[in-house]
Amino acid sequence: MSTFLEMSGISKRFGGVHALRNVDLTLEAGEVHCLVGENGSGKSTLIKIISGVEAAEPGGRIAICGKEYPNLNPVYSTHCGIQVIYQDLSLFPNLTVAENIAMAHHLGGLHSVDWVSIRATAKATMAKIGVEFDPDAKVAELSIAGRQLVAICRALAADAKLLIMDEPTASLTRHEVNTLIKLVSELKRAGICVVFVSHRLDEVLEIAERVTVLRDGAKVGTFAADTINGRKLSQLMTGKSFEYQVQAPELAAGPIVLEVKGLGREGEYEDVSLQLRAGEVVGLTGLLGSGRTELALSLFGMKPPDRGTIALDGRPVALRTNADAIDRGIAYVSEDRLALGLILNQSVTANVTLTVLERLAGAFGLIAARARRTHVARWVAELGIKVSNPANAVKTLSGGNQQRVVLAKWMATNPRVLILDSPTVGVDISAKDGIYEIIRRLARDGVAVLMISDEIPEVLYHSHRVLVMREGRLTTDVAAAATSEDALRQAVNA
Amino acid sequence: MPKAHVASFGRFRRSHEFWLLLVILGLCAGLGFANAQFLTLQNLFDLLTSYAFVGILALGLLVVLIAGGIDISFTATASVAQYVTLSLANAYGANWISVFAIAIGIGGALGALNAVFIQKLRIPSIIVSIATLNIFYGLLIFFTGGKYIYSLPDWFATGIFWFEFEWGKDSSYGVNLQILALALAFLVTWLLLNRTNIGRQIYAMGGNADAAQRLGFHVFGLNILVYGYMGVMAGIASLIQAQLAQSVAPTVLVGKELDVVAAVVLGGASLMGGVGTVLGTFLGLTLLAVLQNGIILLGVSSYWSPFFVGLVILISVSATAWSQRERRTRSARA
Repeated sequence: MSTFLEMSGISKRFGGVHALRNVDLTLEAGEVHCLVGENGSGKSTLIKIISGVEAAEPGGRIAICGKEYPNLNPVYSTHCGIQVIYQDLSLFPNLTVAENIAMAHHLGGLHSVDWVSIRATAKATMAKIGVEFDPDAKVAELSIAGRQLVAICRALAADAKLLIMDEPTASLTRHEVNTLIKLVSELKRAGICVVFVSHRLDEVLEIAERVTVLRDGAKVGTFAADTINGRKLSQLMTGKSFEYQVQAPELAAGPIVLEVKGLGREGEYEDVSLQLRAGEVVGLTGLLGSGRTELALSLFGMKPPDRGTIALDGRPVALRTNADAIDRGIAYVSEDRLALGLILNQSVTANVTLTVLERLAGAFGLIAARARRTHVARWVAELGIKVSNPANAVKTLSGGNQQRVVLAKWMATNPRVLILDSPTVGVDISAKDGIYEIIRRLARDGVAVLMISDEIPEVLYHSHRVLVMREGRLTTDVAAAATSEDALRQAVNA
Repeated sequence: MPKAHVASFGRFRRSHEFWLLLVILGLCAGLGFANAQFLTLQNLFDLLTSYAFVGILALGLLVVLIAGGIDISFTATASVAQYVTLSLANAYGANWISVFAIAIGIGGALGALNAVFIQKLRIPSIIVSIATLNIFYGLLIFFTGGKYIYSLPDWFATGIFWFEFEWGKDSSYGVNLQILALALAFLVTWLLLNRTNIGRQIYAMGGNADAAQRLGFHVFGLNILVYGYMGVMAGIASLIQAQLAQSVAPTVLVGKELDVVAAVVLGGASLMGGVGTVLGTFLGLTLLAVLQNGIILLGVSSYWSPFFVGLVILISVSATAWSQRERRTRSARA
């Protein structure tokens, strides 16, 4: 193997704050290298320095293919074959697949468009990695996974030798992740160095040959992937150790709160029967498209079932709208908190009180300012939301704190059933722990919690009981203590 | 038919333009049946001549909308360009080339000024253009006192007339200045948007501005070009309007913005940016013209005209939204 990129002594400060401190990194041609670290650990800054968007402080050294670049800029780095695929993919949804892949044809000064060679470039690049899209289809018509393949094609069309992917698996299903992993090994065979930036430690270990860990702007170390495991990795990232054990079945689990019998919805899921007890955390996992989210939406009244019954406290209920569900004490925290769970530009106060406006209303139906202040102060304290002033916009908070705001919003309704869809997506490991703690506390207070997640360790170690859905059916219903990660993985993928 | 053609026809059949075309054909058939005057070459030339002003402005606005912005100051820009250009022509003498050069220069400069505010100060384009509309118009009224110019240079008042033919008594038709300018504006805008890399960059920027920046597009330059182009179109439109009206009236153009917006939006351009075609704009303009003309020919009070234009916009936008939602649910199920 030959060294593609070598950097040493890289530091970067943003207004006095060290984003990076004396970091060294070596990337070999044809290797798969993962870059991990919590939010704020300096991953993004490091990527920006590699791609020439930010300049390192004097004293740092960057060499690409043995040649030193004291003033690396985006033009040089692109010229050397460095391509970054950002998490948002940076595609143009309104343009065709062909134009997106061959976007380089559109750069430069005024010239006429050569549609023939644009299509030819796109087709040749797609053939290289064995994907086949209609070159004239709009990118907006493709799935997220399809768009990602287009983004990879665009990088390859620009003759990538180093491909950096920022959180490439964040919105992919397990099946699509497998396809991506296969693709990465093909790129590797072509001598391209692939750098993955990821939060998902199990994937990191599955795909990488070497892992570089950053913490607080400093490099903790570079490790061969086969010498470490997930627990070690999270310890290296956070500097803390998290030991999780399977939860004992809650002996004190209370009466059945929610009971579902023979529930079905055309084309989405069928014949689902389950019970949720007060004080119990039930984990629900399954591939995307297994019907788990649709089931949750039915329980929340947003996708009314075609068949079967839902009973609360033994009495059958019809949940035709989410207002019905909220009235009966069912709360739902959506997976996509940015789009559906929060009003990002509004204050913490506005978001937390959104579900309880009626209760805060005083004379003439106007909101009582004092009641609102006490309400918000109580939840900010109770959930440990780190915000200097509740009037600050939610978008200024970290992912973990945003998730706490969503939780506060729903907990304020005093729900009896709380449905959480992927509650820790995009949240740091140490912040995740805080969210698990909140979930445990809710259960102790007698709430029945249904926690949906992609991550098998998450449902296994933080639930009392685990459900698995596959192809629209509930296939597994087992006490967490009576199963294992492997058994669940098999149940999910079988 | 080769496979590629079948596929692209299938795509056209699902497009907004296809449905617009059907509606226009249906409307034309109905109007032609109701009034023999409607489907005549004479009426066609009349329509092209009188809608050239709106059409040329619509093409400028189309480019702005595709780039992800909006501009409603163009009627004020046109009024300024018209007044200044023809005053200069009256005072110092001029010819076709010089009047168009002056009007294009003034329009382009005022348009580019919008872009500077929008890009450098990061103010939303709608706010900037509301402000500049009032500023341009206010200054014009202050300096002119709102006075009309009735005497135009003779060669300008005569205009141009190609392929002239007689129709009935005392009326002759042909390719006049308005139709020529409209056709050229369509051709140039189509070439810009579909045959130059800059046009594709404008689409790309409207689709994803952040990505455009990351890929190293010259975003400021593109915006100067886009808003400048809108201004240039306003300059050209202002002269052909003055030629048609045989006078310069500083107060009559401002207020016509919404007709132009209507034509472009009917043509399928999105206010969110990145979406819109020259063909769509042509069809949107046609629908607007046929509708307004049809109302007059049917003898309906022209007071109803805004009502029907509004109704058609509402139906068209709802139909597009509905078909998009249908397609989404269908692809979600598949």
